[in-house]
Amino acid sequence: MDFMVFQYPMITVQACLDGILLGILFALIAYGMALQWGVMNIINIAQGDLVILGGYIAYFMYLYGIHPAWGVIVSPIIMYFVGVGIYKLVINKVVDRDLFISILATFGISILFMQLMNFAFGADVVLANSGYGTTFLFDNAVVLPNSKIFSAFISIVFAICLVIYMKKSKLGRAIRATAQNARAAKILGVDTEKVYAATFGINAALCGVAGALISITFTIHPYMGLPYTIRSFMIVIVAGLGNLPGVAMSGMGLGVFEEFADYILGTEFRIGSVFLLLVLILVYRRFKLSRKREYLK
Amino acid sequence: MNKNVILYAAILIFGLVAPYVFPAFKVQLSILCVLIVLATTWNIQGGEMGYNTFGNILFYGLGMYLCASVQVGMFFPLAEWTESGGEKTFVHTPSQFFQGMAVGLVVAAVVPTIVAGLIGYAILGLRGHYFAICTLGLGVAAGEISGGIEIIGAGQGFTTPPFPNVGGLEARGEFFYFLSFGALVLTFIAVRSIYSTRFRLILNAIRDNEDKAEAMGIETMKYKIIGWMVSAFFCGLAGGIMGGLVGYIDSTDVAFDGREMGVFMVLMAILGGKGTLWGPVIGATVFHIFKEGFWTFFLGWQYVALGVLIVVIVIYFPEGIMGWLREKYPERFGEVVDEKDRKAQVELK
Repeated sequence: MDFMVFQYPMITVQACLDGILLGILFALIAYGMALQWGVMNIINIAQGDLVILGGYIAYFMYLYGIHPAWGVIVSPIIMYFVGVGIYKLVINKVVDRDLFISILATFGISILFMQLMNFAFGADVVLANSGYGTTFLFDNAVVLPNSKIFSAFISIVFAICLVIYMKKSKLGRAIRATAQNARAAKILGVDTEKVYAATFGINAALCGVAGALISITFTIHPYMGLPYTIRSFMIVIVAGLGNLPGVAMSGMGLGVFEEFADYILGTEFRIGSVFLLLVLILVYRRFKLSRKREYLK
Repeated sequence: MNKNVILYAAILIFGLVAPYVFPAFKVQLSILCVLIVLATTWNIQGGEMGYNTFGNILFYGLGMYLCASVQVGMFFPLAEWTESGGEKTFVHTPSQFFQGMAVGLVVAAVVPTIVAGLIGYAILGLRGHYFAICTLGLGVAAGEISGGIEIIGAGQGFTTPPFPNVGGLEARGEFFYFLSFGALVLTFIAVRSIYSTRFRLILNAIRDNEDKAEAMGIETMKYKIIGWMVSAFFCGLAGGIMGGLVGYIDSTDVAFDGREMGVFMVLMAILGGKGTLWGPVIGATVFHIFKEGFWTFFLGWQYVALGVLIVVIVIYFPEGIMGWLREKYPERFGEVVDEKDRKAQVELK
């Protein structure tokens, strides 16, 4: 164990800032998950793998000499079509079925993607260097890479754009109507099949943005998908569906938790602590609800 | 009834002579036995109780680590063993090896059962997909955390004690085959006798409508925990055997291998047919034959094939082989089919 955190107070500031910037990214992924969960009642285990795939798109742009920040524009466009493709091939067959079927089917997709990415891009840990430099705060005690600030800023911009789009556009209204009551929406002339495809596509596009940002700020690796899925699931169950401020807050909270876990327990327990936190949160909520004779469902 | 006795006797005899008839497939047959045990125990949760768990891998991995640790720790300092990374600084004598294995297997079965009982009250209060994701998290967390603990080898892995030099490779294969076959027979008898009691009806009631079952005065939580403990017992046992069979334990690739074994057990049970006694057995056999037969053709592409397989099975065969048979020959499953009704159905079509 490392008690640096208590000896040097500036590390606390550093961890908090890092965590908040990281958490904004998590919140973006979680927002996509909340969207498809709310609309289609599907939990997508392949969410994290879509993120990583989006990251590889940005990474390849970087390899071919294009600045990886453009990946933020290109990656969601490609990922939208990937998402729609997955929907047409698999998801539309599991939408109305038991939730476990969708979990297992997307788990299959996750394994498939993981391995295809491993073949296509190799098992190395890669990152796209944005060359943005770093910012030093408080007499160089706190170091913030500019790419992290950039990625948090872009995430916020995308989230705001999406919220406005969902409020104002025709498709956004159709999506919200379907989320409220799919059958009624169908009766009133909404093509729910199209809405589902678009929802899944938008979710994949959000993952693409997040992935491109992750490839700039952190590292990507074909097998790193599942932790992102679990993080976004955790954020959604803490915040609830359709609660954007809640998603943002719990995303940042999770980011800060992870940074502290990293400092206190050590990097090798970082992912483990995320998964353990999920279990603890679920168990906590289960006991809280069971006092009222209710349960998580 | 008579037919059943003949069937069981035939399977038992086949199981006993198999290693001598197919000496080349001893290891594969041992793995098949372990897979059947895992699928059968998963079926207690996923099939009979309606609690789709990804977390039974936790008990499997726990059993694996415990068995190996006890086997080493009984005679030698564990930390030095793992630090040497399988170098032959310490050698088990045959009697030490078998003693260690026996005690190790008991510990490997009992401790996961206790763990299941302890965490059962907290975890089994969740339902539906929350339970599924929570157990998925539990399995992965166990893998990540055990990968950071020094005394059981951390990321470097844990080499289990090598088989003592009595009878060479043949004896090793036979020993592990009969061990896993014994575990399989034990599991099957236990599960079968459980399924013929009121316990199975209670589990099915929980699956069909838990609130109603509770309202009828059944202490659902008690039965859920007992069901999970039974699963954990046999999962731990299977894990302990598998650890010795593989000879090397890695935290995320062998023990808490949610990506392989954790999914396999779900897949096998679904392929065979959830909620039946024979479904997981058939499913595991078909799956293992398919996997071993065709894996070599997909050299390097196994996981891609696995991903496709999961999607195809889940989407197109959610009822599994037994479900398909049941639909085709309902009489054999003791379902009374009204002839008039069937004709009416055909006419409707």
